[in-house]
Amino acid sequence: MKKHILTLTTTALLAFGITHAKADGEVVVYHWFEYMPQELIEKFTAETGIEVVMDTFDSNEAMLASLKAGGIGTYDVSVPGDYMVKIMANEGLLDTIADGELENKANIQTQWLDAGFDPGRQHSIPYQWGTTSFSVNRDDYTGDISTTDILFNPPEELSGKINMLDSQGEVMAMAAMHMGMEQCSNDRKKLQALNDMLEEAKTHWASFNSDTAKEVLVSGDASVGMIYSGFSAKGREEGANIEYAFPTQGFVAWMDNVVLLKDAPNRENALVFMDFLLEPENAAAVTNYARYAAGVDGVSDMLDEELRTLPEGNPPASAGPATFIEVCDEQTQAVYDQIWTNVKK
Amino acid sequence: MAGLSVKLDVRSYSGFKAVTFLCLIILYAPLLVVTIYSFNASNSIASWDGFSVHWYVDVFTGPESAKFKRAAWNSFAIALIAATVSTMIATLAATGMIRAGKFKLRTLSFGLISLPLMVPEIVTAVATLIFFNAIGFERGFATIIFAHIAFCIPFAYLPIAARMQGIDETVEQAALDLYATRQQVFTRILLPLMTPGIISGFLLAFIVSLDDFIITNFVKGAGVETLPTAIFGAVKQGIKPNIMAISTLLLSVSVVMVTISYFVSKTDKTT
Amino acid sequence: MAISAPDGEPAVSNTYHKSRTWLLLPSWVVLGALSLVPAILMLVYSFLTKEFRGGVIWEFSLAAYDQFFFDRGLFGDDSPTLDWTYIAIFWRSFWQAGAATLLSLAIGFPTAYFIATRPVQTRAIWVFLITIPYWVNLLIRTVSMKFLLRDEGPLNLSLMAVGLIDSPLQIVNTNLAVQLGLFYSYLPFMVLPIYAAVERYDFSLSEAAADLYASKWVTLHRILLPVTKPGVIAGCILVFVPSLGSFLAPDLLGGAKNYMIGSLIEEQFKGNAGNWPFGAAASMILLTIVLVILIAFARQQSRLERGRV
Repeated sequence: MKKHILTLTTTALLAFGITHAKADGEVVVYHWFEYMPQELIEKFTAETGIEVVMDTFDSNEAMLASLKAGGIGTYDVSVPGDYMVKIMANEGLLDTIADGELENKANIQTQWLDAGFDPGRQHSIPYQWGTTSFSVNRDDYTGDISTTDILFNPPEELSGKINMLDSQGEVMAMAAMHMGMEQCSNDRKKLQALNDMLEEAKTHWASFNSDTAKEVLVSGDASVGMIYSGFSAKGREEGANIEYAFPTQGFVAWMDNVVLLKDAPNRENALVFMDFLLEPENAAAVTNYARYAAGVDGVSDMLDEELRTLPEGNPPASAGPATFIEVCDEQTQAVYDQIWTNVKK
Repeated sequence: MAGLSVKLDVRSYSGFKAVTFLCLIILYAPLLVVTIYSFNASNSIASWDGFSVHWYVDVFTGPESAKFKRAAWNSFAIALIAATVSTMIATLAATGMIRAGKFKLRTLSFGLISLPLMVPEIVTAVATLIFFNAIGFERGFATIIFAHIAFCIPFAYLPIAARMQGIDETVEQAALDLYATRQQVFTRILLPLMTPGIISGFLLAFIVSLDDFIITNFVKGAGVETLPTAIFGAVKQGIKPNIMAISTLLLSVSVVMVTISYFVSKTDKTT
Repeated sequence: MAISAPDGEPAVSNTYHKSRTWLLLPSWVVLGALSLVPAILMLVYSFLTKEFRGGVIWEFSLAAYDQFFFDRGLFGDDSPTLDWTYIAIFWRSFWQAGAATLLSLAIGFPTAYFIATRPVQTRAIWVFLITIPYWVNLLIRTVSMKFLLRDEGPLNLSLMAVGLIDSPLQIVNTNLAVQLGLFYSYLPFMVLPIYAAVERYDFSLSEAAADLYASKWVTLHRILLPVTKPGVIAGCILVFVPSLGSFLAPDLLGGAKNYMIGSLIEEQFKGNAGNWPFGAAASMILLTIVLVILIAFARQQSRLERGRV
């Protein structure tokens, strides 16, 4: 009996796959490393008959470079962060999803439906979101950590034991919050002050590294580390006595999104893939794997128990605002690039 | 007897042996760490939670085993093809550079051969991608092989050329005087004398190809993974013991191959 | 060693001069298409206008070179002064790569010599012993190296246990760590060419020297080194040049606090800066410097060859 049901379901699923116009074949996904569980990919193929061809990148900017160097037209979907969605849209690298093309679009949580980086969700759907701040090893430092001073004007015992993310956008955004200024400023005095503050702060930093942001905290090589929320949670689960800080000045929020690329060779399949990821069950599978949050309704019941009470995911009342990284215009950005060079020269 | 001891004495330098062992210790110490931590029950490199072969099981049966197996095959196929082709090209080029007299384009040819060494990899990666794109060459297995062949050439060339420069030409001249054809001189005399240089060149080309991440990552196209690209992805979130296990297995494979080749060369008296 | 030509021409052998074109053709074709064309493309790009966030606009511009050599202040409108920022980055990289090369030579030459003087049957084994570690991915090796060198890592712990030091040596995130990392990354590139050269060294030369009461170190300096020079130079090039452009060791072991050439250029293509013409210009400047050094080397070599006749 069980066997029969299985056969029936499979046939039904296959039939379902066929009714989708041109739904078999493949979908070419340009994704972050290690960001989608293998089981979920297999589930997608089993349900739709569409093979997932995966290619990976290690930073938003690397993906953009690869697409601009001729990658566009070979991929169907990609997974840029919030600000990069806007940049890619400005560059004309994204296709528009017409109304009604995504059956599950209604599953997107209302607060993410009209995101600043993609008003009306014309090109993208939410994948995962989280925050970026810093974590402190509580064995090394017991004082107050709810301030960006820990990074930019640290107490003496933490000086020389700080790892920063090697990511201009995130460091600059945190620095702007620390200075209480806007992210894309044109005020020369403020910019000069920002530059001077960072050059001075750098003398307290031990290293810049994004990939080992968690490792250096777990191993004890660093006492303070700028880090993504989910990364910090994993580090804590690995036994490090670290606390994720929610500074009163604010912290960085981010969201990765699945976008439909221009000239997608398998546009139909790409939409099927996006619909699949908007199913609460599947979004929950990603969240359970990646330890961030889905932007989809109906996920919470399917999450691992510890994810619901994660300290990294539940800011205290004292926490400052969570802010997305802003996209500056070319002239403003040039100054920020120059500041970054001054920091790293 | 006395002559022999003098000969040995002339050859050996006190301290060189010690340096060699120091060299091997430096080379293998980090690998010892890799091997030990591949048996770590914990998830992290930073702490030791007891002995476990769990990660080896994971390599073969885990959700990513298929991906890593395919990546390993791709890497070896690419490294083997790229190293073989580039060694052949480099051997011919070395003969042309060192055994074919002076000519106008010699310095230029030398510049061309060393060019892949001098352009930073990321630049080669972006430029090659733009180039493949411009001529409408679809990214995939073939693009990786072509790119690898090109940047392996100087690594194969330099040891081969260094060897060839040291080979005395009188033997070849003698053979030519005895009416051997140039081809015979090349295959029967020059190539055998060149063997250590060619092996060195091939090995360098092989490990350069096996290790390359930057260029591969740009020109590979969707769906084709090599070990470095697969490992790079997995390591992004901290080195997990399954990567250590894969590395240890790779080490074991290479050790086994070396052992086999040792015994083969031992029984084969003709070489 | 070389045969002197009667008319005093340089003693470059020309056994195969008739097939020269065919011998060199494969390398010309492959490198021409996959190395020269991309390099020319980058040369062209370095003179184009940058497109915001990656890419180029096909309009001639010297902005990339201007940015490299001139400082116009934070906001780009001060009067230009010579900018030491990028020159310092280049200098630092050359210095690090040079130190790593010397370190490799100091360890690599004795090792190569030792291997080349083993019995014929075991030489291959030694050669493989040197290359086996390189079957493990560079990233993994570099991370393991970092683990070894950490403040509480095995190296410091054992040195403290032996009593050589009282407190941990801070190695990670220093220049020394970068040099060690580069040295470790490229060591076989030094050993193998030297091995190939020493392997065919005629030891009767050393014996003759010994008969004439030359000390062994004099023999090493006056005979062995000059004879094996092509191998030594090849090894130095193979270590020095890749070290210049590498960024894994500087990033992981040096803490990425200061740009090296490799990371500076990488940032232009894969990072936030997205300034392709500047990345291309920095590459071209690097390429020019290295090319000048190499060609000077090659020139000097052929002058030496000529002088030996």
